[in-house]
Amino acid sequence: MPTDQKTETVFSKELENFIAEWKEKPGNLIMILHKVQSEFGYISRSAAMKVAEMLDIPLAKIYGVITFYHFFKLNKPGKNVIQVCMGTACYLKGGQAILDETAKHLNIPVKGVTDDGLFSLESVRCVGCCGLAPVVVIGDEVFGKVLPEQMPEILANFSE
Amino acid sequence: MSTVNIQINGKPITVEKGTHILGAAKQAGVKIPSLCAHPDLDAWAACGICVVKVANSRGVSPKLVRACATECVEGENYITHDPELNKIRKTIIEMILADHPQNCLTCGRNGSCELQTLAAEFGIREIPYARNVKNMPKDDSTGAIVLDPSKCVQCGRCAQVCQQLQNVWALEFIGRGEKTRIAGAGDIVLNETPCIKCGQCSAHCPVGAIYELDETGKLLAAIQNPDLTVVAQIAPAVRVAIGEEFGLEPGEITTGKIYAALRAIGVDTVFDTNFAADLTIMEEGTEFVHRFTEKKDLPLITSCCPAWVEYMEKYACDMIPNFSTAKSPQQMQGAITKTYYAQTAKLDPAKIFSVSIMPCTAKKQEIKRSDDMFSSGYQDNDLVLTTRELARLFKQFGIDFKNIEPQKADSPIGQYTGAGTIFGVTGGVMEAALRTAYSLVTGDELPNDAVDFTAVRGMDGIKTATVDVKGTPVRVAVAHGLKNVQTLLQEVREARENGKEVPYHFIEVMACKGGCIAGGGQPYGTEDEIRAKRIDGLYADDKKSEFRKSHQNPDIKKIYADFLEKPSSHKAHKLLHTHYVPRPTYKK
Repeated sequence: MPTDQKTETVFSKELENFIAEWKEKPGNLIMILHKVQSEFGYISRSAAMKVAEMLDIPLAKIYGVITFYHFFKLNKPGKNVIQVCMGTACYLKGGQAILDETAKHLNIPVKGVTDDGLFSLESVRCVGCCGLAPVVVIGDEVFGKVLPEQMPEILANFSE
Repeated sequence: MSTVNIQINGKPITVEKGTHILGAAKQAGVKIPSLCAHPDLDAWAACGICVVKVANSRGVSPKLVRACATECVEGENYITHDPELNKIRKTIIEMILADHPQNCLTCGRNGSCELQTLAAEFGIREIPYARNVKNMPKDDSTGAIVLDPSKCVQCGRCAQVCQQLQNVWALEFIGRGEKTRIAGAGDIVLNETPCIKCGQCSAHCPVGAIYELDETGKLLAAIQNPDLTVVAQIAPAVRVAIGEEFGLEPGEITTGKIYAALRAIGVDTVFDTNFAADLTIMEEGTEFVHRFTEKKDLPLITSCCPAWVEYMEKYACDMIPNFSTAKSPQQMQGAITKTYYAQTAKLDPAKIFSVSIMPCTAKKQEIKRSDDMFSSGYQDNDLVLTTRELARLFKQFGIDFKNIEPQKADSPIGQYTGAGTIFGVTGGVMEAALRTAYSLVTGDELPNDAVDFTAVRGMDGIKTATVDVKGTPVRVAVAHGLKNVQTLLQEVREARENGKEVPYHFIEVMACKGGCIAGGGQPYGTEDEIRAKRIDGLYADDKKSEFRKSHQNPDIKKIYADFLEKPSSHKAHKLLHTHYVPRPTYKK
C-alpha cells in the first residue's frame, strides 16, 4: 500500500527499532501504541499515521483502538495531569462534585487541556487509597479527603 | 459437501455444514427479522434482533443465540418465533428507537428504512425508555454521500463493506460503549479519508445514516430555466434496475421507458451513455492494440470506474502508466455533447445543461475530478443523479413508469450496440473491448456466434482467461469488489520486479461487487440474487441488439467520419482522454 504521506513526528531510534522488531508479530499494535505513548505522552495524529505507515495497516484501525481504550490519549496532556478518582469509594464520597468543580474552575471539559497547557483533567478509576476518599492525584502528589471548594487552592500551588 | 440435519420450528431440514441459523431458516422459508445481517457480509452479531431459541438446550430455560452468527449444529431444533422471542425483539427495537432521532419524515431513508419497517411491523406505539439521541453534525464533505452519524444504529454494515469488500478503510467506529459512533478514518471528515465515494456504505446502511447527496433540485431548476437545453444520458446499469422502484422485476430492461419518462419531466434531449461506451471501446481498444503490438505499458488497466480510479490514485499509484487514458463513458458523452452535438444542433454549449443518470455515487465527484473534465471549454457534465434520485423524481411527477409508452433516444449520439450495454456488468468492458480488439488486430470480424466471451462473465471475484486472437494468446483478467484487485496488482508487481513477462495484457476493474449493476446509487436491497437478475438483463439487452460490436455502431462510424477523424486522433485525445496523478491517502 504505497503512500506518499509526509509526517512530522520523528520517532526515536529506540522506538523505531522496537516497531521493526514487532512488525511481523501478531497482536503487536497495542504494544507499539503503548510505546509511542510512553515516548510522547500521547498519540498524535501524525504519530498514528506514522505507525500506520510503518506497520502497513489502515489509520482507521489505529483510531478504532486508541479511541476504544481509555488508556490512550489523543491530545498532548497538560504539564500537570489532574486525575480525579471516580472509583466506588471516591464516587460515593463526592468524586463527581470535585470533577465538576475542577472542570468549571479551569473552564475545560474532562479529558481537556487548558489553553496555557498547564493542566489537563481526567477521571480515573480506583487509585488504590480508598481510605483517603475522595482522592485527587496531581502529577505524583496524592490529595485525600478533598472538598470541591478546596480545588482552586490546591491548583494554585501548581500554577507556575 | 457435508451437511447437517436440523429442525426449524420442529420441521426437519438438511443444510450445508457451516450454514448459520439465519440462512437455514431462509432456506426453510422462515423469515427471522434482523437489522445488521446482510448476505454480502460476515455476521457481526450487532443488533440482536435475530435471536432464536435452541429447543433441546440442557438446563432450566432454553439457550438463546443469535441466528446470524451461530452455525447449525446436527440434531438441534431451533425455535425462531414464539411470544417470548417476540417480546425480546420488540424490546431491542424499542431500545434502538430510544437512541434514534425521530425525524423520519425528513430523512433520506423515509419509506425505505429497515428500522422504520421493523418498528411498523412490531407495532411500536411508544418508547418506554429514556430518550438518548446524540446530536452530531452531518458530513457532506464528499459531495457524493452524506454521513449522518446521529442516525447510526451501529449495525456495522458500512464499516464492514468499506473495509472488507472494498479494502478502502474510510469508515470505522470511534470510541466505546455508549459513546461509540461511526466516523471517517482517523476521526476526520470523509473527504479527507481514503474514501473513494463508491457509495457501497450508502447502499448497505439499513437506516438514514449514510445516503446519496440528493441533487434532484438542480435538474428541476435547469428544466425551469428557459435559456437552457437540458440533455440527459443514462448509464447501462440504470435500465435494468430502476424498474424495481416501480414494482418491476430486477433485470427488466426499461431503456425506452426511461427515455420517455425523462422527456415527460421536461428533459429536452435524451442520449445514452451506452453510445459513449462504444466510443470508449474505440479509443481504449485502439490504445490496447497499440500497447499490445508495441509491448509497452502492459497490462492495460481499464479506467471507466471513477471509484477504482480514485482507489488507484490513492493506493496503487505505481500503476498510473498502465491505466487507460480513455475517459469514462460518462465523461466522453459529456465532452461530445457540448462539442459535436452542440455543433450539429447549432446550440451554444454554454446553454447546454448536461445531466447523467448513473448507478453510482462516485460519478458525482468524477465530473470535477480534474481540468480534463472541462475539455469542451465548459464543465462537460453539469450534474449526476443516481438511479435512486431519478426514481424519486419520476414519482414526484406522477409518472406511471410501469405503463409509460417506450420511446427512442435522440440523434446523433444515442444509438448503442450490445457491447456498450454490457459495460454495466463485471467483465462487460473486457468482453466489449475483445470484440473490437479482435477486428483491430486481425482485420477480420468475429463471427456473430463467437462474440460471447463467457470466461470473463459471472460473479467470481477474479476471473482470468487466455483469449486466442487468431493464434496470438491475449491474457486477460477481471476483478470486481476492490478487495479482489490487490491480488492481481501484486502479480503484476512481482513480474515487473523479477523482470518476467507480465501475467496479463489487459485488466478490467470495477469497484462494486458485480459491477455497476450493483453500484452505490442503485435501488436498495441489492444482494446476489438481485445482482444475477440485473446481469441477465444486460446480457439479454446485448443479445437482442442488432449490432454487438462497438465499431459497427453507425453513429460511431459517423462521429469519426464527421468530427473525431479516427480513434486516438489529436481531437480525440483532447476531448476523450485524461491523465492521472498520485493522491495522498489521507489529506490531513
